[in-house]
Amino acid sequence: MHEMALCAGLMATIEAQCRQEHAARVHAVYLEIGALAAVDAGALRSCFEVVSHGTVAQGACVEISAPPGEGWCPQCACMVTITSRLEPCPRCAGYPVIIRQGAQMRLVALDVT
Amino acid sequence: MCGVCGCSNPGTGGHAHDHHHDHHHHGGDNHRLLRLEEDLLAMNRHQAAHNRARCQDQGWFMVNLLSSPGSGKTTLLVATLQALAGRYTVGVIEGDQQTDLDAQRIRATGTPAIQINTGKLCHLDAPLVANALDQLALPPRALILVENIGNLVCPAAFDLGESLKVVLLSVTEGEDKPLKYPDIFAQAHMMLLTKADLLPHVSFDVARCLEHARRVNPGIGHLVLSATSGHGMAQWLDYLQRQVATFGNAGAAPLLTEACP
Repeated sequence: MHEMALCAGLMATIEAQCRQEHAARVHAVYLEIGALAAVDAGALRSCFEVVSHGTVAQGACVEISAPPGEGWCPQCACMVTITSRLEPCPRCAGYPVIIRQGAQMRLVALDVT
Repeated sequence: MCGVCGCSNPGTGGHAHDHHHDHHHHGGDNHRLLRLEEDLLAMNRHQAAHNRARCQDQGWFMVNLLSSPGSGKTTLLVATLQALAGRYTVGVIEGDQQTDLDAQRIRATGTPAIQINTGKLCHLDAPLVANALDQLALPPRALILVENIGNLVCPAAFDLGESLKVVLLSVTEGEDKPLKYPDIFAQAHMMLLTKADLLPHVSFDVARCLEHARRVNPGIGHLVLSATSGHGMAQWLDYLQRQVATFGNAGAAPLLTEACP
């Protein structure tokens, strides 16, 4: 359950931002979790509910966008879109696809008052 | 001030940096949208960068050993330490949720070992390793072997500041592990197929395993070995020593030399 460790870090970032911006309450947390990231969005939500309890972000809604992965197919010599590390190239059905993007886990915005 | 980011906190706690963001004011209701660009692993990444810089400065070559529980990490470590005895200054960092049994096995070889008990945590992270580096207090030019928590999932996400990631897969586990747990195999530089002395007794297909591993990581190296029988150990030790030498030659750090002639 490394989602718990991630949420603890996320919560620390949120609290630091709120102090800096003099925000009293967080209403929404916008996350970007790439399709190839080593994290489960459902578990992340549950963990956030636990770590945010009693904080400025208690009850905040967690919006998660999941951009697809992008990789380079050496056979096709072009970038292709993939949704898992195990997928072959969608054009030529070959392996390997060299992952270039899609493993990111980012906090992109906070809706605060 | 640290050399990684110019911050004033070179310690082990990790620290966040301010990031540029703009404010989007919604009409009337006082809601503000703070736009950020904050990696969820930023704190760990930052500490890992500090650890890596410290290792460069000190000439410490740090190896992160990853695998599921029971694949033979500690047995391989003990055999490696015995084979390298007197050739390098070595320190070991042992990660387990509970007990210092592994550290005891390592200390029996005469190598200093720090046991990190993570309690409920399922992986080592960079701040934990920074503390362990403080405790190890090794002299410059040393080899540091880190045995991560036995877990093929979570440790994949946490950079420790190591120079080399080695994943172990024992032949009793099945050749489909790289497909079932792709993240960890995608990041490893080297895959060691351990317990090779059992190959005649199990249906493990080495070629298929390699094909699976290369599907998620085309550049991954591999060796087949047994710390028990000694098969493949010479190649592993040779690989490790070549990596150490390359690190010593490439970095600004002093060349990592053997402790005893």
